[in-house]
Amino acid sequence: MMEMVSRPYARAFEAFAAGNPDILCLSADLTSSCEVDGFRDRHPDQFLSLGMAEQNMMSFAGGLGLAGYRPFIHTFGVFMYRRPYDQLMASIAYPRRKVRLMGFLPGVTTPGGMTHQSIEDISVMRSIPNMTILETGDATEVESICEAADSIDGPVWCRVLRGSVPRLFDTPIRVGEMRELSSGDDILVVTSGICTEEAMRARSALARAGLSIRHLHLHTIKPFDAQALLDHIGSVRHGVITLENHVTEGGVGSLVAETMADAGAGKRLIRLGLKDTYAHGGSRAYLMRHYGLDALALVEGIEDLTGQAFGITEGDLDAARVDDVHSLVKAEAL
Amino acid sequence: MRNERTTEEVALGIRRRVFEHSMRNNGGYLSQACSAGEQLAWLYNEELKLGAPTLPMIPKPFEGVPSPSNPDYHTGAGYNGPAAPEFDRLFIAPAHYALVAYATLIEVGRMAPEGLEMFNKDGSSVEMIGAEHSPGMEVHNGTLGIGLSTGAGLAWGRKRRGEPGRTWVFMSDGEVQEGQTWEAVQAAAFHGIDNLYAIMDVNDQQCDGAMSSVMEVGDIKTKFRTFGAVCVEIDGHDVQAMRDAVAEPHEGRPLIILARTSPYRTMPILEERFPRLHYVRFKSEDERARMNVSIAADLGVEPVDYSH
Repeated sequence: MMEMVSRPYARAFEAFAAGNPDILCLSADLTSSCEVDGFRDRHPDQFLSLGMAEQNMMSFAGGLGLAGYRPFIHTFGVFMYRRPYDQLMASIAYPRRKVRLMGFLPGVTTPGGMTHQSIEDISVMRSIPNMTILETGDATEVESICEAADSIDGPVWCRVLRGSVPRLFDTPIRVGEMRELSSGDDILVVTSGICTEEAMRARSALARAGLSIRHLHLHTIKPFDAQALLDHIGSVRHGVITLENHVTEGGVGSLVAETMADAGAGKRLIRLGLKDTYAHGGSRAYLMRHYGLDALALVEGIEDLTGQAFGITEGDLDAARVDDVHSLVKAEAL
Repeated sequence: MRNERTTEEVALGIRRRVFEHSMRNNGGYLSQACSAGEQLAWLYNEELKLGAPTLPMIPKPFEGVPSPSNPDYHTGAGYNGPAAPEFDRLFIAPAHYALVAYATLIEVGRMAPEGLEMFNKDGSSVEMIGAEHSPGMEVHNGTLGIGLSTGAGLAWGRKRRGEPGRTWVFMSDGEVQEGQTWEAVQAAAFHGIDNLYAIMDVNDQQCDGAMSSVMEVGDIKTKFRTFGAVCVEIDGHDVQAMRDAVAEPHEGRPLIILARTSPYRTMPILEERFPRLHYVRFKSEDERARMNVSIAADLGVEPVDYSH
């Protein structure tokens, strides 16, 4: 049974930030939704409420950076780049302010639908010079995201998981590295964020089908160690498959495709994720099934890649955890 | 470096430099020199507490954008002196006023006149739209409406550190059409950022023409007050009015000075170009020649020999 950790960010941020006068906690009316309400109450001198006004918040944070502070901005990821993109560019990214952009509810982890789901943020951030991109896939990564982000000399975009988060790893994020979760030689599977758990669910069924899987988990999307990926690609017979909680354009799938094309790596690549589509509101499990982001979608992708049918069904996969959308560990329905 | 000349003399010098530059280059941001001359002269000649410049009098060429591979990168803020706790900081929020701001730096002895010869030349740091690395600039403000927010963040941070220096933002009235300006004022009021000062060139002009024809903004003094600022409205060509305005008590609130100005102050012939005053490019040799003679007479200088 997988260990589930309740609100790991709340404890991790407080442990990291409390008492460091150069770190400020910024929030835009989603304080409890981003699990920093306890920090606000216990460390009000390090907390700045900037209200539902993200354009000002981004430039204001740039000004704080100019004054030598390291602001951690907390809101839903989607609200930190779509409306205030100009401010993100001019006030934070260009001047390399040490602003830590803690984006909650990545991709389909919210039932809030199009307006709440950041499905193209990695694509946007990858194309911004000076930006670093980190994504959390389990509780240990959430627990180490603050220290990892704050080690960067410049702005950092973080996809942060909240609420009840599984523990998959026992070592913290080491910026710039990738996790090798299995070392097979048939297929290379590259995942990030919540999709890593899905790939792990398929692991035993694929092994029973006789497939040897090499599985990489990416917590650092930019900067990226292209040579390490190419070495892994060179270690598998068939090809590469990516699975991400994001559109397939511009995210991890594109990153792998670009790396392969640049190096002339002549292997097949299948990119799974949101296929040039918006999602809608619903539970995470429903959305991941509906849009093909789950373990079964990965199995089908591998069948396509190998040209074999394994007859694996949902029942053959390791048990999925069932999240109650209205569970107490969520700060609110959204 | 202060008070060697009167602020009125500095304002006249700014206008003469912008006029000469615009004549030689067949156009320029002439109208902004008319409206903002006294404001920038007053800030640099009297009001701002600045240290000696830390960058060379003749600007260095463009040395690259900020990146991890450009460790020697610096902004143009050194023309305003060091960023020490006791000194004031100034952002030029409407970055297209850069020509006027550069002329001001020259007039107050912070940049060599050669700097203006580099204006808008390829490979130069003296850019047409003031960039972070341009003389006197510390942040990018070419996208209008972001300056006051950045100033508010810097001022809040400096206040928290107990720095006595103030943060000033020179603004333009077109920026009140941007929602971010109002977000910035409400945040500055909410957080009691009273070491934040703004002086706004209210010339009623924007790129398309008169503001009333592009987007009516109403009574901005009342709007600023309602959003929580202390706001004083003055004649923006009256230096004594600026001295009086900055003395306005504003504990716990930012101070915003609305400087009502004329876009053809001291250059009445520019009225012929109304309502397209944003960037004056001469339409004909005849217009260029007439304006040369007329403005030169108004500014008390010889017409510019721009033939070579």
